Amino acid sequence: MQPVIEVSHLSHRYGNRPALDDVSFEVRAGEVFGLLGPNGAGKTTTIRLINGLFEPSAGKLRVLGMDPVTQGEAVRHKTGVLTETPALYERLTARQNLQFFATVSGVPADQSKARAQQLLEYFELTDRADDRAGTFSKGMKQRLALARALIHNPELVFLDEPTAALDPEAALQVRDWIATISRREGNTVILCTHILSEAERLCDRVAVMGPGRLLAVGTLDELRHRVAPGLWLHVELWQPCALRRAALAQIPGVLSIEAVDGQPVRSLRVQIAGEDVVPQVAAEVVAQGGQLFRLQPDQISLEEVYFRLQDSQHKAGAK
Amino acid sequence: MNVNTDSTPMRSGRNASRAAIRWSNIWAIARKDWIEVSKNTSAWMPMLIVPLLFVLVIPGLVLGFSHVPDAAEVLYADPDLAVFLNNLPPVMQRYTQGLDFAATGMVIFLGFFFAPFFLIMPIMFSSVIAADSFAGEMERKTLEALLYTPLTDAELFLGKVVAAGLPALVYTWASFLVYTLVVNVFGYSLIGRIWFPLPTWYPLIFWITPAIALLGIAATVLISVKVKTFMGAYQSGGSLVLIVVALMVGQITGVLYLSVTVGLVLGLVFWVAAAVLMALAIRAFNRRTILVAAN
Repeated sequence: MQPVIEVSHLSHRYGNRPALDDVSFEVRAGEVFGLLGPNGAGKTTTIRLINGLFEPSAGKLRVLGMDPVTQGEAVRHKTGVLTETPALYERLTARQNLQFFATVSGVPADQSKARAQQLLEYFELTDRADDRAGTFSKGMKQRLALARALIHNPELVFLDEPTAALDPEAALQVRDWIATISRREGNTVILCTHILSEAERLCDRVAVMGPGRLLAVGTLDELRHRVAPGLWLHVELWQPCALRRAALAQIPGVLSIEAVDGQPVRSLRVQIAGEDVVPQVAAEVVAQGGQLFRLQPDQISLEEVYFRLQDSQHKAGAK
Repeated sequence: MNVNTDSTPMRSGRNASRAAIRWSNIWAIARKDWIEVSKNTSAWMPMLIVPLLFVLVIPGLVLGFSHVPDAAEVLYADPDLAVFLNNLPPVMQRYTQGLDFAATGMVIFLGFFFAPFFLIMPIMFSSVIAADSFAGEMERKTLEALLYTPLTDAELFLGKVVAAGLPALVYTWASFLVYTLVVNVFGYSLIGRIWFPLPTWYPLIFWITPAIALLGIAATVLISVKVKTFMGAYQSGGSLVLIVVALMVGQITGVLYLSVTVGLVLGLVFWVAAAVLMALAIRAFNRRTILVAAN
């Protein structure tokens, strides 16, 4: 699939402070691409560079075939950004907010009212359309900000921490809207977040960033495979048992073993190459006198992938 | 319903970055800023009080005093004041010949001494709106969303200059109109003719005032990039009023009076100063510096 964003060896500094160092990735048309990382990882800086707000210190960028450094305005005609805070004009009504952004985003004057109305209906804000945005709840503000980002029908939608400041109910609602925008409407979405469950639910591919650096890019399965190939088999025993781990480790397909508690063992995690190894592990545990209570193969979560990647960077930095 | 519509074509496309300035964008920014300012009491309150004070209250007091029988004669019986009134500069004498003490006092005060007050208005109005428009927008963290739109830096800057400059001029000129009516209507019984505006006022109102408004905006933009808050920018911008106060002191002490020529020359100085500050403000106002300042 043709990439809509190509980031190649991108670096940026704020004065003497490095913000991004040699970051490369691609975003494909129609996908939801996650930029994951802690605060200060450079996610917002990356969005600003892609939209031509800053000139990179080094590296190349192509957005929909354009160079944001020299064609910033043209790029921003095709992109819509939901900033980290809703950044609404709180003294203006919801409708005034949308109509203003329609005008400055290039929607023809004879269509801006209709477009604003269409989005107010879409995001279920019609009842409060003529109320000041400052009187809205956080969830409503975020929906209005989302409508603003879509007002000029952009090809690329950037969402910077869209649910970070919301209560769980409002966050769930906003996530549903994001899913709808990407799945039903077909927009390419770049989602910056540090909420991993959100990325796991919404993203087709993710880029995990450490402070200023890119740690890994890929689908969740690809990252899982890179960080911890195979499956995790959770083994729980009825009674604690002095299992000999060396015997378990010798089974073909067993990659590693982690004890969850001490010796004698009551529960442990065995990393296995595939589900076909499960019966052999079960047989060995029983052979050693263990009484099986539960046996559950499980995939490594994005959270674990993320923390392992962050941890590997910390260790690399310490060396 | 579909959130994406093919029926929403963009006005400009790939070559937008090279496109001429789009005035619809500039008007949209100005209109948006006016709505915002109209809902910010600390911004519009001075814009209500100052014209009332300068156009109605103070002239009303002077006119009232001039109409009190014998009051002017008592005041002007002061020997020093009498010497002053008998030794007025020729430009003033031209307009006070044949007038009694009360009428002379009114013409001197409302026709000459009061003129520099009208320079406070454009500075105050332009800097208060500019402070709300530039620093206020940073303070309320709304600027970043605006920077992500296809607006060019020039359109954004011009939009905000129009937002601050146009009302400053309209308010000052409207105040001048009301002042003209007030001093003529209520001074008619003393002078017996339409005497205001004096020719010295024309360069002041139509030549110096726009320069002063631009000066206020440019200074506020430069300050806004540093101070980040509406009140900070407003208060710092207010220091420009000191320039006008200095002019006023000069006027009253006779060191400087605004004859037509002086007004034109002085206006030129203000225009040059405004142009220099505006050039600095344009250089300071770009996406990079604004974002760095706002964070």
